[in-house]
Amino acid sequence: MNEKINALKKEIEEKLNEVKDINDLTEIKNTYLNKKGPVADLSNGLRDLSVDDKKTFGKALNDFKNDINSKIEELKNKFEEEELNKKLESEKIDISMPSMDIPVGSPAIVETIIEESEEFFIGMGYDILDGPEIELDKYNFEMLNLPKDHPARDAQDTYYLEGENLLLRSQTSPVQVRAMLKGEGKTPIRMLCPGKVYRREDINATHEQEFDQIEGLVIDKNISLSDLKGTIDAFVKYMYGENTETRFRPSYYPFTEPSVEIDMSCIYCDGSGCSMCKPKGWITICGAGMVHPNVLKMCGYDPEEWQGFAFGFGALRLAMLKYNMTDMRIIHENDLRETKNFDRKDVK
Amino acid sequence: MISMNFVKDYIDLKDQDLEELANKVTKAGINVEHVINTKINNLVVGEVKTCINHPDSDHLHICTVDIGKEVIKIVCGAPNVKEGIKVIVALPGAVLPGNFEIKKGKIRGEESNGMICALFELGLEEKTEENYNKGIEILKEDAPVGMDAFEYLGKGDTLYDLDVHKHKNNDCRYHIGFAYEIGTIIGRKVTLPEASYKEIKESIKDNFKLDVKTENCTYYKSKMVTDLVVGESPDFIKNRLISCGMRPINNIVDISNYVMLEYGQPLHFFDKDKLGNEIVVRMAKDEEKVTTLDEEERTLTSDDIVITDGKKVVAIAGVMGALNTDVDNNTKTVLIESAIFNATNIRKTARRLNLRSEASLRYEKGLNFEYTDKALDRACYLLEKYASGKVLSDKVEYDNEEKKEKVVTFKTEKINSLLGLDLTDKDVEEQLKKLDFEYEIKDGSFKTIIPRRRLDIEENVNDIAEEIGRLYGYYNLKNTLPILPTKKGAYEHSIEFRKNISKRCRSLGLDETRTYSLVDQKSANMFYTDRETILIPKPMSSDRSALRKTMIPSMLDVIKYNKSRGLKDISIYEVSKVFYDDFKEENHLAIALYGNYISSKWQGINIKGDFYVLKGITEKILDYIGLKNRYSFVISDEESLHPGISADIMIDNKNKVGFLGRIHPKINKDDIYVLELSLDKIDVNVKPLKYKPASKFPSIKKDLAFVVPKTITSEEIEKAIKRAGSRLLTNIELFDLYEGENIGLDNKSLAYNLTFSSLERTLTDEEVTIVFNNIIKEVESKLDAKLRSN
Repeated sequence: MNEKINALKKEIEEKLNEVKDINDLTEIKNTYLNKKGPVADLSNGLRDLSVDDKKTFGKALNDFKNDINSKIEELKNKFEEEELNKKLESEKIDISMPSMDIPVGSPAIVETIIEESEEFFIGMGYDILDGPEIELDKYNFEMLNLPKDHPARDAQDTYYLEGENLLLRSQTSPVQVRAMLKGEGKTPIRMLCPGKVYRREDINATHEQEFDQIEGLVIDKNISLSDLKGTIDAFVKYMYGENTETRFRPSYYPFTEPSVEIDMSCIYCDGSGCSMCKPKGWITICGAGMVHPNVLKMCGYDPEEWQGFAFGFGALRLAMLKYNMTDMRIIHENDLRETKNFDRKDVK
Repeated sequence: MISMNFVKDYIDLKDQDLEELANKVTKAGINVEHVINTKINNLVVGEVKTCINHPDSDHLHICTVDIGKEVIKIVCGAPNVKEGIKVIVALPGAVLPGNFEIKKGKIRGEESNGMICALFELGLEEKTEENYNKGIEILKEDAPVGMDAFEYLGKGDTLYDLDVHKHKNNDCRYHIGFAYEIGTIIGRKVTLPEASYKEIKESIKDNFKLDVKTENCTYYKSKMVTDLVVGESPDFIKNRLISCGMRPINNIVDISNYVMLEYGQPLHFFDKDKLGNEIVVRMAKDEEKVTTLDEEERTLTSDDIVITDGKKVVAIAGVMGALNTDVDNNTKTVLIESAIFNATNIRKTARRLNLRSEASLRYEKGLNFEYTDKALDRACYLLEKYASGKVLSDKVEYDNEEKKEKVVTFKTEKINSLLGLDLTDKDVEEQLKKLDFEYEIKDGSFKTIIPRRRLDIEENVNDIAEEIGRLYGYYNLKNTLPILPTKKGAYEHSIEFRKNISKRCRSLGLDETRTYSLVDQKSANMFYTDRETILIPKPMSSDRSALRKTMIPSMLDVIKYNKSRGLKDISIYEVSKVFYDDFKEENHLAIALYGNYISSKWQGINIKGDFYVLKGITEKILDYIGLKNRYSFVISDEESLHPGISADIMIDNKNKVGFLGRIHPKINKDDIYVLELSLDKIDVNVKPLKYKPASKFPSIKKDLAFVVPKTITSEEIEKAIKRAGSRLLTNIELFDLYEGENIGLDNKSLAYNLTFSSLERTLTDEEVTIVFNNIIKEVESKLDAKLRSN
């Protein structure tokens, strides 16, 4: 019996060594391992043996069968793996081919800067408030300490719509007036009001007829000019980097007293002067000041008790400085090849 | 422009570096934009010691010139050079106008160490043939040899170019005021100029009277000066006028301008002999005419203040005098007007007549009556001294000026609170002293009186804080943040709503644009024709003459612009205001698609931005804000859209909120799809977001197709399917549209994939079949439809 097993084992092993593909393997399997094949014959032969022999040879025969099966299984796996690899090889693509252009929209350049500013001031507890673009003269001028005949009105070249009472707002300050009136002289205010304003200007590289302002107002009982300085300094550092410095220069606006202009250190040169900075090393970015007591009074806040600061940025100017643009007209041109660049997060 | 030579008359600045002083002035609030030095260096007064003819020339001379420290040799070509005269010598290193630098050299073999100058060569006279022929300037005999020649001539000056727009400090508009400002900064006193004169017996009142008939003149003072001799002004007056950008004319006229530059008070001199015996100040009559000094005839209105002789206009008050009473070379007697007029009237008159002068600009800012008086006396003094005038005694005057003192009472605490400083009472006192503000301290409060010349300071503590703050120095302020209760800032709902829409549009692949709200009238009328367009009164140009009530024309412009730059696929949006009717405004969204929405050329994938893409975008936007199942699309009758490819967008089947479709080819031949949507109208109450479970049980899918006439819409069929579908029908998907001869040319076949499922259980075939059959029955019976059998 042993010889028979060994002989068959040898025969099958020889055949297996010659196997070339899965078909050869299937054939061997079919030839030797089917129910009437030589292995089955050996199994059947066990019947005629003694109980002890049955035990001995039964085990030997089982070992033999397991051995053959595992060898066949091994080969089968090997062939299948080869087959798959061949298939994968044939499916190979050129990954350098251009991608599908997934449509994603970009914000307008100026919107990018507005959203970034809003993010900063929301973090500081400011509410972002809305207001109409067609305004009353009362809110746009009068309640901001600019009575009808005030000379500063000449400079603003306003678009009046009907007589002298209705206009396209020339600044976003009327939103502040509305907020103060709503506050009824009782509620502290922390607000930002970005939005479009209109002026009669000849359009050129630095002047627009329609542009966005970002104005802010804080009113409470103990708000100081130093608080304004710290706030703007923090904003400028957030927007233009930690190394940017700010300074105040006395200035004049009818709605604030004291009034200041705020410069930031030039971000394009080391302070020695370049085409972007004037005066040398500094760039003016903001007009601001302590809210004029007349404004507080007219808007229902008692200047003895309440005080606060207001500031205003030109969104376009912030954007031009941040993204190194020299011509305002770019914004309204909407050259999509340019705006597409703004389809990304900025780094801080 | 401020002449520092001028300022030095009123304040001692000998020890000051004027560049450095300019920085201090800037830091304290008045921006000195430029410091201009008119002086040429290396010019000295010299005396010609010897003068012989050049051996190699027929016109050159060889001179030896004493320049104090030494005697140098100079070759000079001027015909009038001779021994013993005092001359102006430009030494090596001097740079003359035209960037001409003097160097040592040889002229025809003879050493020359400088140049003897004519005034025109120094830019002090015009370069005319006459001046050229005059030759070199011969100085007076007593000119001190070795002295700086520019200083000797009184020509060297330092000018401060002030940025007058960015501050309101009245002190910087005239030289005495500017001296006060400097005095405040460096802590020095100001001396006012001499203004005493003799008066003759004859009184102005003997034969002159004044009548002010308008409240727009609050202060009017006149003196008369006679026996005048018209001539040239002394050099110092001429030089200072030139420094300040004014042209010297004659001593009389120059003196009026000189005093204006000193005190900021414009004066007007009338020729008394032409004027007559009376002045009446009144408002002009409409259409009243006057010929002004510039020989232009001006037409007046009843808002203009005029000076008259009782009958005719002799000056437009504060703006310009009339030709009929002007000072000329024969003038013997003048009437000096020193007055205050309503600033607003003057501003409006000057603007309307386009006559903004040095005088009108000063009236516009307001005047201080104390200086009105001082200027009058100063003019009398100068006319007596430099025009041989005799001043008549007395004044004719009118005085209705408000003279209340400006008093501010405040505590140091409030100043500190406004500025964020820790000043003591003593610090505040020190600053008030510098400012020359009178004050007293009572019960811990300061009571200050504002000097009259500080017209810019109002009666409130903020103005005092500003004065103290600017002197303390804003650059010394700390950076602090307001100490306020912690809270998160938030967008007002309307803004947040617009931002959400905007961000959704970007995530849907649309690029944001920024276009003008002011457009031409034709564009304004492309859509919303039932709304009135708001026109701009007095527009700057016709293409910006109306407020837009639709944004689509602007979007078409952006497509045109980008197309012309080679872009083929454009998908854009904008969120902005539109305006209409009686000044209403509404927030709108506009979208425009041109070319492919998605494409990958080499893969042959080109998904055109067409009606169905735009409809999909619309739905995704409306779904995003919670309007799922509340919107519908109906056939649109918008005239500017393609009649067959356009839809109105409805909310709750009743409110039209916008429209979309292909732009009508008569407007634009390109295949452009547009949408415009009122964001205010879709900002409605919606249900809050909630979890919605999906069925855990298997669903059953069934397909069916109907043949219907082409006039029947897909929506009608879907609605019928839904009606009969009961709760078991959870999804309908159109998967095929077929048109062909075999089903009749007027017909189409629409095939749907229906999904049935339940949240509670596995459905049986039987119950689904019942519903399925009901659906077929419903569609066939309610619509002209037939189930299509394969």
